[in-house]
Amino acid sequence: MALVVCLPVYANALELTGYLSAEGSLFIDEPLYTGQEQNAGSGAGQVEFYHELESGSSFTATVFARADSADNERSHADLREFNFLYLGDGWELRTGVGKVFWGVTEFSHLVDIVNQSDGVESIDGEEKLGQPMLHLSVPADIGTFDFFILPGFRERTFPGEKGRLRYPLVVDTSNATYENADEECHIDFAVRYSHTIGDWDIGLSHFSGTGRDPQLRYKETIGVAPVLVPHYIQIQQSGVDLQLMAGDFIWKLEAIHRSWDGDSYTAADIGFEYFFYGVFDSGADIGTIVEYLYDDRGRDAETPYNNDITLGLRLALNDVDSTELLTGLVQDLDTSARAVVVEGSRRFGDSIRSTLEAGAFLDAPETDPLYGFRNDSYLKLEAAWYF
Amino acid sequence: MKQIFAAILIGGLFFTSSAVLAETPEEKGLAIATEADLRDKGFGDNTANLMMILRNRHGQESKREIRTKTLEVEGDGDKSLSIFDTPRDVKGTAFLTFTHKVGDDDQWLYLPALKRVKRISSRNKSGSFMGSEFAYEDIASQEIEKYTYKWIEDSKLDGKDVFVTEQYPVDKANSGYTRIRSWLDKAEYRVWKTEFYDRKKTLLKTLTFFDYKQYAGKHWRPGAMEIVNHQNGKSTRLEFSEYKFKTGLADEDFNNNSLKRAK
Repeated sequence: MALVVCLPVYANALELTGYLSAEGSLFIDEPLYTGQEQNAGSGAGQVEFYHELESGSSFTATVFARADSADNERSHADLREFNFLYLGDGWELRTGVGKVFWGVTEFSHLVDIVNQSDGVESIDGEEKLGQPMLHLSVPADIGTFDFFILPGFRERTFPGEKGRLRYPLVVDTSNATYENADEECHIDFAVRYSHTIGDWDIGLSHFSGTGRDPQLRYKETIGVAPVLVPHYIQIQQSGVDLQLMAGDFIWKLEAIHRSWDGDSYTAADIGFEYFFYGVFDSGADIGTIVEYLYDDRGRDAETPYNNDITLGLRLALNDVDSTELLTGLVQDLDTSARAVVVEGSRRFGDSIRSTLEAGAFLDAPETDPLYGFRNDSYLKLEAAWYF
Repeated sequence: MKQIFAAILIGGLFFTSSAVLAETPEEKGLAIATEADLRDKGFGDNTANLMMILRNRHGQESKREIRTKTLEVEGDGDKSLSIFDTPRDVKGTAFLTFTHKVGDDDQWLYLPALKRVKRISSRNKSGSFMGSEFAYEDIASQEIEKYTYKWIEDSKLDGKDVFVTEQYPVDKANSGYTRIRSWLDKAEYRVWKTEFYDRKKTLLKTLTFFDYKQYAGKHWRPGAMEIVNHQNGKSTRLEFSEYKFKTGLADEDFNNNSLKRAK
């Protein structure tokens, strides 16, 4: 009897959610590089365990895994989250592996630096790896202050030899090198201030530590195919993001200045979103996005976005199945290089969501990082069951 | 007489005399809306669970589960947080809204997969809320200042003595309506029926309220609401449960951090 009485009673949230998905990728053209497979099929899943205490503090664990028929590097698992959120009086502290997002623009995420990109999951950099962190957040009347201590570095993932959408040379992720002797144990720091004043949203941030995007260094070994070896350097990066709500327009700006031993650069993404509501005499909305991407390294930039204009169109039918059509175009203003992506998705029944995506990389000159993708125009179908 | 006494007790003498002796239909319409607002003042905060049932013209149903939290703000519109539990693919998606008496509301959307808070335009008043027949402006906090008013007549609805009033959106450019006609009972100033007329001035939707219950000895809330779109034959029913008042919510439960924490 006493035992029963002593058991703690949790009358609160204890949740297990997630999804299982199947995906097929078809490529129209033959692969360019030896070892690459033509098409690929894969299965993935994510499980999130969430438990909230009476006080509002909570524990979250999220595990993601994928098995890919073609690319060994894409068959991988990652602990996306494993953290405890302590809710204080006027502050909160998240300890463990977590994920944060900074910024306002749609086509590039310059200021968003805390989490490493999961390069095998998406080419747009929007999928992230879990990052060990101590994250203190203090919302105040004059804005929110966020402080990060980031012990432990996550290396970027890259497609393997058999995968499509990769560089001509394979990135040898098992032999990454570091500028700092602490290598992946270097402790990074970040701080962010954000505030909303009327129609303005302001964000200021600074990061000090191991840069998330590596330099890819050519390495030749006798008897073996040459590879690219990721080299991670120490950087200082200051960022600003601004957003202005102006009626049907939302104006956006993200800019960073990054410096390291002996060099620096500045990059920016500036643009707007404009909305048309209730188009075609229906409940459908169209959102348009126009952004200009700039990088003062010009053609030396590792990113293909150094002087590019981007156009996005999002059609949402606002129907029961949440049908959506997204199109994106990136046009290089120096060359004829352009990338186009079209993505349609809708829900089937209560818990299945299906997405059909097509992408093409057109007219990239040899000097453009997208040149390596010229034969990788693709069609991808995904179906995910949510539980 | 009884009504007048009740109004005096709740609303104060000055206000009541203006409500009763209002001369123009516009003044009387505003007085009724003001009295209805006054009777719900002081709710502080509340939470509720919501089942949204979408029905197409063939009777096929689709359900969404939403939890809501609302905070009354002194001198401005309410703050509210809505969290989606189903459909599963949007689970954890949350809306944070700061309603303003004058000007555009502020609205943020939390996308759990990206951990991203996106500020969104609140101009889309006439847009469908999650594929339902409710527009954003139907579910937003109804602030007095967002409309002008007119009393039409005193009438009877299902045996209840009612005021029939009309309201007209101040933000004509973005509202989907030219007029909204409501039936309020004289006893408690609860809305039982509302008709929405579109920009072409034709009847678009009828909203009906059911099973009112009184909470904290003062605040009346419907157990269900059903809206029928006469033009497309679709309807949406909202069923409320677990209404709780004065749960101790405060400003810090309605900021970007709490939006990110919403589960």
